[in-house]
Amino acid sequence: MAFALQVLMNALSLGSLYALAALGIGLLFGVLKLINFAHGDFITVGAYALIVPSAATQATLLLGDFHPLILIPCIVAVVVILALISEFLVFRPLRNASPATLMIGSFALGFIIQNILIMIYGGRPKAVGIWSDLSLGVELMEGVEVPKLQLIIIGVTLVLMVVLVLFLTKTKYGIHMRAAAEDFRMARMLGIEANRVIMLAVAISGMLAAAVSMLFVVQTGILDFRMGVSLMLFAFIATVIGGMGSLVGSVVGGFAVGAVSILLQTFLPSEMRVFRDVFVFAIVIFILLVRPQGLVMSRASRERV
Amino acid sequence: MEPKTPLGHQVREIWPLIILSIILFAVVAVIQSLDDRIISQSLTEGLIRLVVVIGLYIFVGNSGLISFGHIGFMMIGAYATAWQTMDPMTKDIFVPGLPAYLLANSHHWLVATIIGGLIAAIAAFISGLAMMRLSGIAASIGTFALFMSFYSLYLQWSTWTAGQSSLVGIPVTTTPWVAFWFCIVAMIGAFVYSRSKYGLALRASREDEVAAKAAGVNVTGERVISFTISAFFVGMAGGLYGHFLGLLTVDTFYLPMTFITLSMLVVGGMQSLSGAVVGTIVLSLVIELLRKAEKGFDMGETSISLPASSAEVGLGVILLLILIFRPSGFTRNAEIYWPFKPKVAVTEVTHRQS
Repeated sequence: MAFALQVLMNALSLGSLYALAALGIGLLFGVLKLINFAHGDFITVGAYALIVPSAATQATLLLGDFHPLILIPCIVAVVVILALISEFLVFRPLRNASPATLMIGSFALGFIIQNILIMIYGGRPKAVGIWSDLSLGVELMEGVEVPKLQLIIIGVTLVLMVVLVLFLTKTKYGIHMRAAAEDFRMARMLGIEANRVIMLAVAISGMLAAAVSMLFVVQTGILDFRMGVSLMLFAFIATVIGGMGSLVGSVVGGFAVGAVSILLQTFLPSEMRVFRDVFVFAIVIFILLVRPQGLVMSRASRERV
Repeated sequence: MEPKTPLGHQVREIWPLIILSIILFAVVAVIQSLDDRIISQSLTEGLIRLVVVIGLYIFVGNSGLISFGHIGFMMIGAYATAWQTMDPMTKDIFVPGLPAYLLANSHHWLVATIIGGLIAAIAAFISGLAMMRLSGIAASIGTFALFMSFYSLYLQWSTWTAGQSSLVGIPVTTTPWVAFWFCIVAMIGAFVYSRSKYGLALRASREDEVAAKAAGVNVTGERVISFTISAFFVGMAGGLYGHFLGLLTVDTFYLPMTFITLSMLVVGGMQSLSGAVVGTIVLSLVIELLRKAEKGFDMGETSISLPASSAEVGLGVILLLILIFRPSGFTRNAEIYWPFKPKVAVTEVTHRQS
């Protein structure tokens, strides 16, 4: 029982990270039909913003030294501004291009961001310890001890999701955004301002990326210019198996991928554990063979003729 | 001027192939005549990349789906070839996990390269059966996931691939002319495929998937065929690359390689063979220049140099500019056409369609 709870907490916290990243990707896909290959690099930039820009091997904290109440808004601001610049320079000029062109464009953007990071910070991974006391254990019940951070990750994810749902269902702009995701052209004809909705979606996606980068960097304590790419990959997989264009699907997919990873991590024999990711992909391919349209079917994912 | 003889018609049919071969031959001959070892090495690397880009074109150009996974097949081909040609003495040290037959025997590099391509094609066929059932964008993400899983598999599979260290002792057999002939073979393969009934069916599905299905095209099946053929050429390019470097690391086959080959195809024009060739030549030149600039120019007393990895940033910016201002690439997705235009357009056009 205690063991099962431990595994459950691991799965929930990893799934939360994937779900948050998948939501950021899914939101932009819904409104823009954009598969954002730069989302992982938004996450990386959020993490790198903690330290002083230099190529030194030893990381010196910059924003990371501030009080959390100042630090968190600063990181969010950095990522949101980056996302908005991307929207102006890349996504907006490509607005009327095909989804494939947009995808390559975001791939190029991600590649540029990665290499600019190498240029400024150097290519080597750096250790950065912020809030390391969060990894101390908390006793949930007899014999079950989980790091405080896991609870925070799950809590933050829940709060963000509730806020996002409230925003999307209760506010005027949220409803505009859902309408745009459903049928962009129709929404525009009914008087919804395209640019405002898209900028809002990009900004929210950036906020989600910032949240992921904070949680992830506190968990791993390492900065690497490729750190966002692997997270993004699992988030992509989450959106595909969840069903493209469905936000619920993204979340479901994120938790599913997290659960599968943790289960494999726990139950694979130790010499096979290094191949965990390969098994995850194999399972994903199997799911897609059975349900190519994803676990949650959305109306937007079916192309109209 | 319309060709009058049957031979003339045939020449006109395969005109893009002829002109591209001539351009490529001229490029190789001129650069080889400089007799500079370093330049000739960049040339070989560029030609191997061209084989990759042509292989990529076979799938991307005809199906209209973007693949982020082909460098995975390049890696499979590279390692499969190296297993066959490495010195048996070094195999015991670096890759002790290989089957007994491979540990004891070596193949000629040409045979090994073709077998390496076939193994990559088999991998593509099996994974393609799953991937190509997905709709357009999901399939692209699927190829990306496939690529990452091959990458992490090879990184961990140390008894076969030497894992995170490198595989050394591969004979260096790829000269510029060897790479040139592989380019020619790949171009012929790509040209013949895209004009075969399979290629045409796939092109129809690229233009309008629903209409092609309605006309009886098995879209999934056609995509799997082209995925397999393209992986064959990309896998052979991997074999050439191993025999060019003389050593292999898994990290060679990662996102930068994916990015460079994909941008070459897009910049040239995704949907034409001419685009693949032109894009590769142009971007290879740009990369060489930027790398030179990273090392620094001597300007009298001072030397000016760009910061490291600015070649990659420059490449990314060029790709974005092309996507925004000329999304169909340098060639506008057209082949290099017959230069002798008919004088009286109307009658000749009807004649050509018959």
